[in-house]
Amino acid sequence: MTGGNASAGSPYAPHTAEETTAMLDAVGVKSVEALFDIPESVRFDGEFGIEQRSEQATRRDLQKTLGKNRNLTEFLGRGQYSHYVPSLVDHIADRSEFLTSYTQYQPEVTQGFLQALFEYQSMLVELTGLEIANASMYDHATALAESALLASRVRQTSGNKVLVPEYLLSGRKSVLENYTEGPGLVVEEFATDDGNVDVDALAESIDEDVVMVYAENPTTRGTIEENLTGIGDLAHEHDALFCLGSDPVALSLLQKPADVGADVVVGDAGTLGLPASYGMGLGLFATREEFVRQVPGRLVGVSEDEDENRVFTLTLQTREQHIRRERATSNICTNQAWVALRTAIHIAYLGSSGLVELAENCVTLADDLAEKLDDISGVQAPVHDKHHFREFVAHTDQPAPPIVADLEERGFAVHEVGEHEVQVCVTDVNEHAVGEFVTLFREVAK
Amino acid sequence: MEYTQAKWERDEDDLYEPLLSEKDGNAVEIDSSLPDELTRDSLELPDLSEPELARHYTRLSQMNYGIDSGPYPLGSCTMKYNPKFTEDVAALPGASIHPDRSEGSVQGTLELMHGLQDYLARIGGMDAVSLQPPAGAAGEFTGILVAKAFHEANGEGDQRTEIIVPDSAHGTNPASAALGGYDVVELPSAEDGRVDLDALSAAVGDSTALFMLTNPNTLGLFERDIEEIAETVHEAGGLLYYDGANLNALLGRARPGDMGFDIMHYNVHKTFATPHGGGGPGAGPIGVGEKLAEFLPAPRVKQVENRYERFDPERTIGKVHGFTGNWLVLVKTYAYIARLGDEGLNDASAKAVLNANYLASQIEYEVPFRPFHHEFVASAGDQDAADVAKRMLDYGVHPPTTKWPEIVSEALMTEPTEIENRETLDQLAEAFNAVSDENDETLESAPQKTTAKRIDQASAARNLRLSWQKLDE
Repeated sequence: MTGGNASAGSPYAPHTAEETTAMLDAVGVKSVEALFDIPESVRFDGEFGIEQRSEQATRRDLQKTLGKNRNLTEFLGRGQYSHYVPSLVDHIADRSEFLTSYTQYQPEVTQGFLQALFEYQSMLVELTGLEIANASMYDHATALAESALLASRVRQTSGNKVLVPEYLLSGRKSVLENYTEGPGLVVEEFATDDGNVDVDALAESIDEDVVMVYAENPTTRGTIEENLTGIGDLAHEHDALFCLGSDPVALSLLQKPADVGADVVVGDAGTLGLPASYGMGLGLFATREEFVRQVPGRLVGVSEDEDENRVFTLTLQTREQHIRRERATSNICTNQAWVALRTAIHIAYLGSSGLVELAENCVTLADDLAEKLDDISGVQAPVHDKHHFREFVAHTDQPAPPIVADLEERGFAVHEVGEHEVQVCVTDVNEHAVGEFVTLFREVAK
Repeated sequence: MEYTQAKWERDEDDLYEPLLSEKDGNAVEIDSSLPDELTRDSLELPDLSEPELARHYTRLSQMNYGIDSGPYPLGSCTMKYNPKFTEDVAALPGASIHPDRSEGSVQGTLELMHGLQDYLARIGGMDAVSLQPPAGAAGEFTGILVAKAFHEANGEGDQRTEIIVPDSAHGTNPASAALGGYDVVELPSAEDGRVDLDALSAAVGDSTALFMLTNPNTLGLFERDIEEIAETVHEAGGLLYYDGANLNALLGRARPGDMGFDIMHYNVHKTFATPHGGGGPGAGPIGVGEKLAEFLPAPRVKQVENRYERFDPERTIGKVHGFTGNWLVLVKTYAYIARLGDEGLNDASAKAVLNANYLASQIEYEVPFRPFHHEFVASAGDQDAADVAKRMLDYGVHPPTTKWPEIVSEALMTEPTEIENRETLDQLAEAFNAVSDENDETLESAPQKTTAKRIDQASAARNLRLSWQKLDE
């Protein structure tokens, strides 16, 4: 069954048989096939072996398939975080004028999206304290990779090393290595101490070949860094950029990146606006104004129209691939603009006080849960003697793999991060299940 | 048709732009359970009620043009109608789970990934597919990394330092090649708009890693010599890359794998009608021939009896996205392909090609290169293509892509896609033809019926104000 008067074939091609005939006549051919200028030798017979289904059947099939996923309460983090997304975000972002639009190459008819992206940039400027933010990239990992490329472009002297902490997620590291190999950069790790950057070890590792030092706040192990200024100073003493990884929730509470010397802030802004999405994200990228002409991705600026009204437009497009080709600052074209819209709506929904409250919750919920797990015989939490944000690592006297498996059996997912270590993440979305989680943890950790 | 786009007036006390007008005075001081030295002092963001925000963003949406607003014939961008049910499918609770879940607990997701890998492989005539790249350009870059890994495995990594790109190629091709650390060799097109075989023969050699080609190319022309092109590249030891931006023109008629392409990316947001979302997210899965499968990004998904498993290809390049790419876009893609099936996919390309040819037959601007498929490039002749575009906005239609490819002077690169009926195509043609008769003065003062009048984009770059903190400067 197809909607309306659509012909057989694509339900979204509205031609009636009469229309098709009339159009073929106008073009001067007898059949559509005559319009395909494809040699016989590479012609395909059109059979993919995919059966056409009704909308209802397709939807039912997908519902059934996705329904095979087990319904677990996730205490998972490590780079992908869930917060409750207010209904307003879905309803507004799904308005088709936003959802079904393209890149704003004609600003006169895309003022709405441009203003929303300008507001997104502005929110990130406030959160990071840096002067500029681009209007979205793919995810944290690719934004980190782009920051290393930026560093290698803007650094005054030569050099080819990028320093990252040993806690860096393997996915992020792999992406960073893939992006930096072409320009000849090398990624090296520096040591950490009790979850945080070991600044003394970093001082040993750093030299004049380093173009960028990267750290995270909070770290992958959930700890809050205590000496960001020390890391930034070391980077700057060696003419390297200091890049800090974070997200908008953490940035609303923790030290302002600009105050600790960060030159670039990257991260996943999709922690607001997106559900877990099986890892889909939104690359956050903010930096100092002096680097603006070397920044990857889209930028929205302010201009005037002929009536001298203030308007918004994409700007500095001469950096971009569609103009500069192989000399562009990045190859990014389609990016995550719609996710940036979602994130902006979510941030605006919370406002300053709501956002800070959400962030403060990330501290207290983690504290409380760690304390509860620590009370269990055979569990020590948190492993690191640090302040935590959203997540922490717990030591288990019993081997971690069976504990993780047993928890899953009982409906809960946590990370296994060592032979005797599990990592647990708590936010507003799983807070309601903390009581049951602790009870089950006690059973399985025995 | 009379056209006027929504416009909301702005002034100091204007509630229509609360995020901007109330930017001052919503600062909160930070009072945390953390030690002061670990926290910032204050945060200053807008503080508005839900109804205020609902109005703000609704008004912004009314000042934005989408495919549901009207025709959007942007050549090479392939703006199709986006079926609404795919949004609902992507919003199913089972779609949005944490990427680090155990294999046993995400069998549904893995089954869907496996199914989409399979669909895409069949549609492209490829042996193996990775869903990870989060965009078309990311797919290109991934394909380049795979090619590099292949040449390195053959001991030719140091030798093959060049990637050949036609001058008509999308800008992402050379940008991706450069990102991969390659020298870009630009190949001039032949007079008929296609690959110049002699120029190609002269360009390929021991240092060729890859030849990146769009087919049909950006003029909508099918590269009829594709088999000879493939042979030339392969004989020189290079690989052939298919830029999938125009795949919608070939669905069911020809497959990149059958034409000799070794690597391709799929712009699933174009070919399979998933929303572009104002510039993304899209997704750019890549497909490869058997000999390249072992280099694909990790993890991939395979079926072992009744179970789906993640696995790392033997000599994987690693990852090009922190987790699994733009998964929700891939869910929509799967739903779209499953909905259309062979019959719908074949029909989509047929109607896309018919629509382009019909529209071209109805417009007065010259179309120098033929026979084209799903898109054509008209020339605005003595008129400035950018001005033509602005004037078309007044007729209630989104203009084509302009000034590119440069092979056609004052190019109007037009792609109506299969979704427009004859009446809409006639309306589009009327807009083209009305504008073609208008004088420079009218063109230069356009648009008049849009939210904003003609925007001075150069001044935005001269006086950079990229945040509301900078608005007063």
